[in-house]
Amino acid sequence: MKSLFMRFIPPFIVAVLFLLLWEGIVVVFEIKPFLLPSPVAVWESGREHWDQLLQAALRTGGAALLGFVLAGTVGVALGSLLGLSRWLERGFYPPTLLLQMVPLIAIAPLFVIWFGFGARSTIAATVVVAIFPVIASTLGGIRSTDPQLLELFRFHHASRLQTWWKLQLPSASPSIITGLRVAAGLSVIGAITAEFVSGYTGESAPLGSIIIASVQNFQTALMFAAVLISSLVGFLLFGLVNVLGWLVLHHWHGEHS
Amino acid sequence: MVSTDAQSSAHSPVLSVQDARLVYPNGHQALDEVSFELEPGGFLALTGPSGCGKTSVLQMLAGLLRPTAGSVRVEGQDPSRVDGIACCFQDPRLLPWRSVGANVALPLELAGVPGSDRTDRATEALARVGLEQVADRLPHQLSGGMRMRVSIARALVVRPRLLLLDEPFGALDEVTREQLDDELLRLWDEDRMTVVIVTHSLREAVYLAQRVVVMAGSAGPLVADTPVEFGGRTESTRTDHAFNDEVQRVQRLLRSGGGG
Repeated sequence: MKSLFMRFIPPFIVAVLFLLLWEGIVVVFEIKPFLLPSPVAVWESGREHWDQLLQAALRTGGAALLGFVLAGTVGVALGSLLGLSRWLERGFYPPTLLLQMVPLIAIAPLFVIWFGFGARSTIAATVVVAIFPVIASTLGGIRSTDPQLLELFRFHHASRLQTWWKLQLPSASPSIITGLRVAAGLSVIGAITAEFVSGYTGESAPLGSIIIASVQNFQTALMFAAVLISSLVGFLLFGLVNVLGWLVLHHWHGEHS
Repeated sequence: MVSTDAQSSAHSPVLSVQDARLVYPNGHQALDEVSFELEPGGFLALTGPSGCGKTSVLQMLAGLLRPTAGSVRVEGQDPSRVDGIACCFQDPRLLPWRSVGANVALPLELAGVPGSDRTDRATEALARVGLEQVADRLPHQLSGGMRMRVSIARALVVRPRLLLLDEPFGALDEVTREQLDDELLRLWDEDRMTVVIVTHSLREAVYLAQRVVVMAGSAGPLVADTPVEFGGRTESTRTDHAFNDEVQRVQRLLRSGGGG
């Protein structure tokens, strides 16, 4: 109980001090609200646009979650496939790496051409940014399977599928969870970035569109509120992966992971 | 036990190694012309200094390695095609995410034995090594000696006709090691399966086996293949004169033939 208390109190104090300092600077130096709104102004704006922001968060969060789940499943499948043979790995890993190097913002318009404005483009872009860490961590995890355990499976004439499902995949799971953590953060970033291009304004505007529109309209306080909500969405997704990780790994080495 | 050819197989060797050589692709010779046979129900210890290739012989018997030349046969067949072989490796090799019971059941699972059957047989095998009460624990919650017992239970669960052990107790403390040696003898007494154990300890080899095969130097041929002769094994055997004389006799064999 005491340790839990100690874990949450320091960051809480730091956050309060930070907000006080921010508010103080804005008030003392009379900074214009469109340059830097005070925390109170951000709060007010958030309350004023609460319904719109909540809808947007659900839309963006939903797209990010769907993209993340797709990237997770396809990424684990592809990583496993590349782990099956050196030949496949040599052939397909470099293009996958290249995919990771492509700046998302540069190809986001292409997704609009392919999938139209809206959620489908956002999901596609999310998959493209989030899939690489999953592929890489799955491949790495599968490659580092204990060779002695592989020999044990070989001795028992295990099939390739049995070896993958009962040995390589569980061995790789700590590594895969780490990759999924990275992918979770990237998913939200990917979704928002894609929405800069593919989203639309109005009633059903997602977070990315709200951010762009509020900047263009000098509604800086609203932009701050939208960014804050975006981070919360990312945080939630990250938390989800941590829960998943705990479920998968808690009985592994007892207290670790 | 085996219904077919029970009478004829009682006299033909269960395993035979004929002029087996093993050369790795990089040219390193791991084994040079080793030959021996073993009758069903025999207990053979394979011993010699590090690097003599004794583990390679065991891996060939397990079907994990193929000889470059010569032949290795178990029940007259290629070992990788024989079902009744079980193996205990130097490390317990347990899956850390699986309970002890699920680890023991693994060979049955891989062979497609149905679930309820698997659990029953795993419990039975664990009971034979005195660990039925820890079936739900995870490997990291057990001591090194207990983990090795789990590994033995996993070998027993397939009801092997041939049990191969590769320095199974080498990493354990001496007391635990002696306990497990006695346990192994008890299990062999109950089942009378054929056992081949690799050990670098001559004392362990002489204590356990009916016959000791001594290998020499690097990739050495056999220097001796000798039956072990001293009275029955009792509580005091390890301090017996007869036992110690026998250990020394085998030691002399190793020295005389080893050379390097």
